[in-house]
Amino acid sequence: MATVVLTDLTKRYGAFQALHGASLRIEDGEFIVFVGPSGCGKSTLLRMIAGLESITSGEIRIDGERVNETLARHRGVSMVFQNYALYPHMTAAENMGFGLSNIGTPKAEIETRVGEAARILRIEPLLKRKPHELSGGQRQRVAIGRAIVRKPKVFLFDEPLSNLDAALRVQMRAELARLHQSIGATMIYVTHDQVEAMTMADRIVIMREGHIEQVGAPLDLYRNPRNLFVAGFLGSPKMNFLDGRVKEVSAGRAMVDIGAATPLAVPVGRAIEPGPVTVGIRPEHLRLAPNGSGELAGRVDVVEQLGNSTLLYIDLGGQTQVVAEEGGECPARLGETVRLAVAPAAAHLFDARGEAVARSVS
Amino acid sequence: MTITTTATPTLAEHPSVVTGRSSAWTAYLFLAPFLLVYLIFLVYPLFKGFWISLHDWELVGGYREYIGFLNYEDLWYDPLFWRTVRNTLTFVALTVPAMTVLALALALGVNRHTRTHGVLRGIFFASSVFSVSVVTLVWQMVLNGDRGLIAHFLRSLGMAPVDFLGHSFWAMPSLVVTTLWWAVGLPMALFLAGLQQIPGELYEAAELDNASRWTVLTKITLPAIRRTVMLVVVLQIVLQFQVFGQALLMTQGGPGDRTRTLVQYIYHTAFRDWQVGYASAMALLLFALMFLASMLQLYIGRRED
Repeated sequence: MATVVLTDLTKRYGAFQALHGASLRIEDGEFIVFVGPSGCGKSTLLRMIAGLESITSGEIRIDGERVNETLARHRGVSMVFQNYALYPHMTAAENMGFGLSNIGTPKAEIETRVGEAARILRIEPLLKRKPHELSGGQRQRVAIGRAIVRKPKVFLFDEPLSNLDAALRVQMRAELARLHQSIGATMIYVTHDQVEAMTMADRIVIMREGHIEQVGAPLDLYRNPRNLFVAGFLGSPKMNFLDGRVKEVSAGRAMVDIGAATPLAVPVGRAIEPGPVTVGIRPEHLRLAPNGSGELAGRVDVVEQLGNSTLLYIDLGGQTQVVAEEGGECPARLGETVRLAVAPAAAHLFDARGEAVARSVS
Repeated sequence: MTITTTATPTLAEHPSVVTGRSSAWTAYLFLAPFLLVYLIFLVYPLFKGFWISLHDWELVGGYREYIGFLNYEDLWYDPLFWRTVRNTLTFVALTVPAMTVLALALALGVNRHTRTHGVLRGIFFASSVFSVSVVTLVWQMVLNGDRGLIAHFLRSLGMAPVDFLGHSFWAMPSLVVTTLWWAVGLPMALFLAGLQQIPGELYEAAELDNASRWTVLTKITLPAIRRTVMLVVVLQIVLQFQVFGQALLMTQGGPGDRTRTLVQYIYHTAFRDWQVGYASAMALLLFALMFLASMLQLYIGRRED
């Protein structure tokens, strides 16, 4: 177990800069998730920590020791790859023990450690099988087992669940979380799936185009996104964005015109100049309102019944569509005109540059 | 009691069978051009060759007498035949392993995506496109005991030059070296194709697993290209058993028949001595030798699987 400290890390491939000065401190035993869309630099950052990519500038410290010039094999990290990277001609046990045998670990100890990892991952009956005789989930467990047996300081996971089907992904997600709890190691996990990030992380690092956009606990980020990108990235369905205009600010509330009969009184934590803003409202904060009430009106375009909730895609006119999430089954019909109530305290304001306007707790 | 019978469609009437039959005909139609060439130029000559080998058959003129297996019996007592078999086996035994190792080493060396390695790949492959006459000419200029490149080099070191092609020991290795230089391109390309199929993640995992270069080669790379190694070895066995041009042009089979190969002997018997029946018997034995060696290699490979 160890801390990982990244200081002003950059990565350049010729003229293309993949990473722009990333700085981050990962605490001992923390489960941290790098999340972002494809090409945001999250895998590059992980591979730089692993020692599989060179560092253009900046510094990486693992357990207090600078490792910029240290070979991957000497950094004390283990990595689980997206495609598992199991050696195809070796059995599961040989795959897991390969790293140990390379450093001259006695055979008996290799067997003990492989057996222990197999027990934790419940793959004991599979140890004699070769990768092609295993299912995707079993291969993933072997790959994780290979990482465990080496007892590394830091575990690195590069989108390890992306090749699994939806049901298995959910199961493995829970197993990884359980594994983290049981061994308490520092784990860095890369994914593009915000659900994985939300459910597994102690802290999430949201990245975009080589920049770290925001770092924080999952619910903190969900509740207080720093900008439009983070707000739109976290949450499924994503946050609704409406064009608005701040007309005045009084008593800690911004009166925002969103084209409704009455302006929306959004609590704000700092002074904000009147002018254009983007109003962000999560689908669960948009509720169907009885006729004659509610700030917004629109026509139901699509109804998605999910059983435990219903998603309504509502056309507000002028090419604006919002998604509202109703609990349970909702009687709204396609083409029907409905009214929506917005909870002003749950609305987010973003200024013209896309930065969040701090909210006050009302 | 009423018994209701339902008309069961016959096989021919069954739609899927009809479709299956017509698609089979379509398949045969597509196969026909290849099958035709295969039958005319490979299967027919093989049987024709066997038929000829049962005759005292002269190349020119109409003398063809059925003699049964007499040609095969003669072969048994022909010392030159056994000499050429031994020479050919020696050549194969020296060339095939050396070619495989060299091609693999070159492929491992140039398996990087840089401009320099691309140029090197081209250079190493270039010799394969030369004809045997060009290659043997080049190597005669290198190996010539009087004015050859190596002779000059040895003289500059104060050593006596060696007439490699006229030397009873060095003549065969000289043919082997020439063949390696000439034909290493194709197996190298095959190995490169095999190496490029290995996912890069395996090497990254091996790096994190503390594997040394030797361990990576023996535990990751070689097992991953096992089938390519098999292909290269079998191809080389088949090709090198047919060695002909190098021996004919560089040593003419000498000195003292030490480099006379089986194909060369077959060629001389058929086209110089006009004994096509006897030559056909030798050709069929060569075929059997190549077939056995290839099958043995495949068997060993499968057993290792």
